[in-house]
Amino acid sequence: MSEAAVRSTAQGAGTGIDPDLMKKVDAVIEQYRGNRGALIPVLHEVQEIIGYLPRFVQSKIAEALGVSEAEVYGVVTFYSLFTMKPAGRHKIGVCLGTACYVKGAAALLEAVKQAAGVENDDVSADGRFSVEVTRCIGACGLAPVLTIDEDVYSRVSPESVSEILEKYE
Amino acid sequence: MDTVKLTIDGKQIEVERGTTILEAARLVGANVPTLCYHPVLGGGGACRVCVCEVEGARNLVASCVCPVNDGMVVWTNSKAVREARRTVVELMIASHPQDCLTCDRSDTCELRRLASRLNVREGRFTREKKASPKDTSSPSVVRDPSKCILCGRCVEVCSSVQGVGAIGLANRGIETVVAPAFGDDLADTKCVACGQCTAVCPVGALIVKDDTDAVLDALSDENKHVVVQVAPAVRAALGEEFGLPAGTDVTAEMVGALKQLGFDAVFDTQLSADLTIMEEGNEFIERLKSGERLPLITSCSPGWINYMENFHPDLVDNVSSCKSPQQMMGAVIKTYYAKKAGVDPSKIVSVSIMPCTAKKFEAKRPEMNSSGYRDVDYVLTTRELASMLRQVGIDLKSVQSSDFDSPLGESTGAGEIFGVTGGVMEAALRSVYFALTNKPLENLELHPVRGFDGIREAEIDVAGQKVRVAVAHGLSNAEELLRRIESGEKEYHFVEIMACPGGCIAGGGQPFSQDPDIKSKRASVLYAGDRAKKQRMSHDNPAVKKLYGEFLETPGSEIAHKLLHTTYCQGEKCSEKASANIKEAS
Repeated sequence: MSEAAVRSTAQGAGTGIDPDLMKKVDAVIEQYRGNRGALIPVLHEVQEIIGYLPRFVQSKIAEALGVSEAEVYGVVTFYSLFTMKPAGRHKIGVCLGTACYVKGAAALLEAVKQAAGVENDDVSADGRFSVEVTRCIGACGLAPVLTIDEDVYSRVSPESVSEILEKYE
Repeated sequence: MDTVKLTIDGKQIEVERGTTILEAARLVGANVPTLCYHPVLGGGGACRVCVCEVEGARNLVASCVCPVNDGMVVWTNSKAVREARRTVVELMIASHPQDCLTCDRSDTCELRRLASRLNVREGRFTREKKASPKDTSSPSVVRDPSKCILCGRCVEVCSSVQGVGAIGLANRGIETVVAPAFGDDLADTKCVACGQCTAVCPVGALIVKDDTDAVLDALSDENKHVVVQVAPAVRAALGEEFGLPAGTDVTAEMVGALKQLGFDAVFDTQLSADLTIMEEGNEFIERLKSGERLPLITSCSPGWINYMENFHPDLVDNVSSCKSPQQMMGAVIKTYYAKKAGVDPSKIVSVSIMPCTAKKFEAKRPEMNSSGYRDVDYVLTTRELASMLRQVGIDLKSVQSSDFDSPLGESTGAGEIFGVTGGVMEAALRSVYFALTNKPLENLELHPVRGFDGIREAEIDVAGQKVRVAVAHGLSNAEELLRRIESGEKEYHFVEIMACPGGCIAGGGQPFSQDPDIKSKRASVLYAGDRAKKQRMSHDNPAVKKLYGEFLETPGSEIAHKLLHTTYCQGEKCSEKASANIKEAS
């Protein structure tokens, strides 16, 4: 879902979020109603369920906890582990730690973005891939390293990226 | 008293435990510079300008938030301190647009003054500043994030004092900004336009939208008949802009200055405050008798009206249908006055001078046109009036005094105290008591509703009935009072709410001040004005009597209803209407 679609949606209908998941989200939010101090745990739990924190969900959380939307948005944009963008079906991580970097991870990242169809927006238009930069994942001997979901690929060359991505639908 | 002993700049001092180093330093005469610290809002420890050296401490400490300890040895002006402070300011300036010559705050900028005081002359640091677009969506407040120094005062006043939370700190590190949620425009938020953020911003990042050019142009247009009205709180503060001590009454000088500016008539919003009491008093007596829609809640603070519409739409039936005195005066000017003066109302430009920024929003509400014309065309704040006088070279101190013009210039003491929290309640009770008992209150001054406690209440015996009233000022206090009412904890007949802490005297458009006693000083002008008036009850105002006799018939009449009353909006529709209104208007 594009960010514009998220912005234009007021109540969650047509957000592309599974109604069953939305029920779980609502249950979490209700559990903390009126509890201003529970903002970070609520954001955590909700992101666990739907993978990101779209605008209308932040508004719901603000209303239920009794804090302003500006405060919720402030917390969401402060902590890097919170995201306002939906993740793709497959999460690609490109390590830009020191060892990977000197082994050409920057070129690898470009190749990954191109192959996955990801521009500056971190999710491909078809929702298949999202790309994120990771810090050292402790596999420096195998640099440069690429992860897709739970799989780890070592000594990846930019040329081999397309072939790797084909395995993921 | 639990005290601690410490040494500051070689001087021994004993202070109460819990005192900050900054407060203690000021007691020994050390003038520690501050920037994010605000005497009313308190310290934030955000800017690091007030750092001091504490012997034995690992780093310099932010004195505005660090409490004193026994045996502390503090240096407020050591070499390390001076260097640190200067570096802090240099870093701020490096990421600040240096357009001081043309900045709205050029004369009043706290950062510029600080740089001058610390003798910061040539910046050692430069960095590319990202262009942050201005947000001009609100008719009251302009946001310019490129000038923001992230002190957090505006966020504090908006969230804690006003309980609105329209803006907050977003993002992190170098990307940090003060902004509405989701990066929206201010007009699309629940901002109530109170302008308190502009009153505490130390720089030009949050300013009031300037309408002085439009008014000066109207004054130069021979085809226009330009009329002005002035709110009570303006005369209690305008002098501060011209170097007079706070608490100086400049009514006569202010009127003289407005005449010198070229206004065709200078009218007093205090008269329409009296008019408000006639209409609202009538409304109150009707509700008191029927017992319906109680408590009646006042409607003269447009910041409060915005808050009610945005946060408590369920209260819409309790709020008085009276327009604010500004809008009443506007409607009367373009009807009664136009006819009396023989002026085509389409040629009248109606200007109001207000302590308030929400009045700019109110004047632009689409429904405020019951005369067939805009009730009020331009609203200027007290600060804008001062700017306009400076632009044309009028010094308030040497201007020829003058009186308000007939037929809308006469007012009572009740109209004068409208400008301070509790004043509307006091004015209303003076007339309501009289209307129900046919005699004046034994003591016209209702001290239980005076003062600056956040919530005040009183019970008055009116013809055998105990009338319970309450007053709140500052929207977080209002929120607490409404909670007590909605939970059934408290029951009242009549409630006064003003959006700004202290009421209009400390409105968002008043002169900048960090004097902790500023509210009482300004209020003293209005209370003295009340005592000095010939008439102190609104229904005794001869001009108001005449206005009803010649034009408005009786309070609550059909024509009074058409011109002096309004409706409010509720819920989702409300925000659509309000934001459409702003965008169209600006």
